Amino acid sequence: MTDIAPAAAATAAIESKDLSIYYGSFQAVRDVNLDIQPNRITAIIGPSGCGKSTVLRAFNRMNELIPNVNTTGEVLFRGQNIYKSDVDPVEVRRHIGMVFQKPNPFPKSVYENVAWGARINGFKGNMDELVHNSLTAAALWDEVKDKLDQSGLSLSGGQQQRLCIARAIAVRPDIILMDEPCSALDPIATLRIEELMRDLATEYTIIIVTHNMQQAARVSDRTAFFSLSDDGKRAGMLMEYGDTKTMFTRPEKKITEDYITGRFG
Amino acid sequence: MSASNLQQRHRTGRVWLVVFQVALLTGIVALTALLFNILNGSFGYVAIEDTIAPQDLAVNGVPLEEQDKDTLIQVLQAHISAGLFARYEFDKPFAERSAGEVYDLILERVVEPKFVAQWSLYETLTNRDAIRQTAAQDFPNARLEFRSWLNSHFLRAPQSSYPEIAGVRTAVLGSLWTIGIAVLFAFPVGVAAAVYLQEYAPDNLINRIIQTNITNLAGVPSIIYGILGLAIFVRALGHFTSGVAFGASDPTTSNGRTILSAGLTLGMLVLPLIIINAQEAIKAVPSSLRQASFGLGATRWETVWHHVLPNAISGIMTGTILAISRAIGETAPLVVIGASTFIQVDPEGPFSNFTTLPIQIYQWTARPQSVFRNLAGGASLVLLGLLLTLNATAIILRNRYRRSL
Ligand SMILES: Nc1ncnc2c1ncn2[C@@H]1O[C@H](COP(=O)(O)OP(=O)(O)OP(=O)(O)O)[C@@H](O)[C@H]1O
Ligand SMILES: [Mg+2]
Repeated sequence: MTDIAPAAAATAAIESKDLSIYYGSFQAVRDVNLDIQPNRITAIIGPSGCGKSTVLRAFNRMNELIPNVNTTGEVLFRGQNIYKSDVDPVEVRRHIGMVFQKPNPFPKSVYENVAWGARINGFKGNMDELVHNSLTAAALWDEVKDKLDQSGLSLSGGQQQRLCIARAIAVRPDIILMDEPCSALDPIATLRIEELMRDLATEYTIIIVTHNMQQAARVSDRTAFFSLSDDGKRAGMLMEYGDTKTMFTRPEKKITEDYITGRFG
Repeated sequence: MSASNLQQRHRTGRVWLVVFQVALLTGIVALTALLFNILNGSFGYVAIEDTIAPQDLAVNGVPLEEQDKDTLIQVLQAHISAGLFARYEFDKPFAERSAGEVYDLILERVVEPKFVAQWSLYETLTNRDAIRQTAAQDFPNARLEFRSWLNSHFLRAPQSSYPEIAGVRTAVLGSLWTIGIAVLFAFPVGVAAAVYLQEYAPDNLINRIIQTNITNLAGVPSIIYGILGLAIFVRALGHFTSGVAFGASDPTTSNGRTILSAGLTLGMLVLPLIIINAQEAIKAVPSSLRQASFGLGATRWETVWHHVLPNAISGIMTGTILAISRAIGETAPLVVIGASTFIQVDPEGPFSNFTTLPIQIYQWTARPQSVFRNLAGGASLVLLGLLLTLNATAIILRNRYRRSL
């Protein structure tokens, strides 16, 4: 296995080239070319079933946990194709973290939730400090500082999701993937997470899948719009990709405009 | 929709309700009958003839049970031949025997109680006067006593051909030993296999065949496992299971019909059960936990060890205890591999010959004298008690783990 080299001169934080993903014989994603800019928030939007989650999971090889998934094309991270046979997916995921749709803290203490990932990745520094910093970065410290030894499951839904974000940043990833991180939360908790994402974007590259147009418009710098191919095969394709402002005011394609204005999807 | 149609539908519903209630009632009746049958044989009047009545052995007005050890030894010495006393001294010096043991010896050799007649619990409760009359008429020298066949002597005493002094100690120890070995073997192997099948094995033809086989093995009749155990552990591996290979037994007299063979056979028997139950417990761990773990850059092993197993352990425990409950009552496979039906010495280790509770019960019920059926009743109670204890342990363990999550 080759170690993933420190950031090369590449301008993209991560980039897919002709990425196609199959579930068995069904092509869920076709020929996606997407370059994600560093320290930006990129939103992935599109109708249900167009392969947003599938593409997101392709960025840290989480699709491999699903049986019968086949990936072709390349995903370049630090100038290296993470699908090359000598790259270890464990190493990839350590650099590219993930926050899921449903908050899924471990049934362990708040402290342990944050510390565990760092510990298995060989963190040698001051663990208390790391936990403190990660929880602070996730805007959760003040709410949980008195219950670090309580179960992570005893927190509210929004707190649990921020705990999952703290857990993800505790291993110091370069990129954080978020799959509809707010869909299980109420509007106030959602706003908190959105603020948090803006803060985190100074240090991390964030890719977020969302169904919420306002959220994409509010929070993201760039937007990628996916839709189903119109050849009847229902493969997900990247339709349009650009600055969020442009996408939401002057989209190039009719289909993008229709989706954004809520005329379909 | 007409009203008469609705009435018809309600009637159908009521008929089915009655069917369900009758089914439940049948179950309850069957269970009650079982319990009654066991209790009926385990308690009741016995007519006992003593060679010397225990009252006559009282020294200075102190009843036999309350005397100290030295006095008990004197009583024993006074009533048995010097030769016999010397033999007991030789078997185990009296200095090392407890007062209880000496008391048992006095009962066995001096008092020599003989059960001349016994009545079931039902008869005892409903027909007391008639029993008293019969006893007084037929056995004028006997005393009538209400006896619990399950008593502390019964638990402490080894097997004996005299029903008056026979106990289940050897059998209980044999059962515990075999079950212990079965669990030591089947638990780690079963859990490891379940982890492999659930977390590692790709979904291909070979693994599906393996899975189907394990599921089917769980249903194979236990006697078949007995035959398997006989062929493998007793015969083929007899050199090891007899302990000869480890220099633990005498090669000329020992054979493979040992506790070790029995434990391994029972282990094989419950292995599929443990695997299947552990698989279910592992399956029940939400996949979101695995994803969270992998998403942090954990390896599969770290995910299994830190998240899957701790969250599945209570289910695994429950399944294991259920498997043990099954194994503890197994008789057929142990008969096949050659459990001794009559054995008086405690098992000393994995290479000892053995008997177990169910075998003891079976053997007692097969005896012609009716008194042994009462002993079997008492032994059944012991077996049930053992089972209940195990199940209670399972529930406590499971609840404790649930709370700590
Ligand atoms: N585990 C799976 N096995 C087989 N097919 C799958 C699997 N997961 C997704 N698919 C298929 O792949 C396509 C894309 O799914 P994906 O979950 O990526 O869509 P999505 O854009 O995230 O949808 P949503 O917005 O509803 O979450 C769908 O047609 C879906 O049925
Ligand atoms: Mg999705």
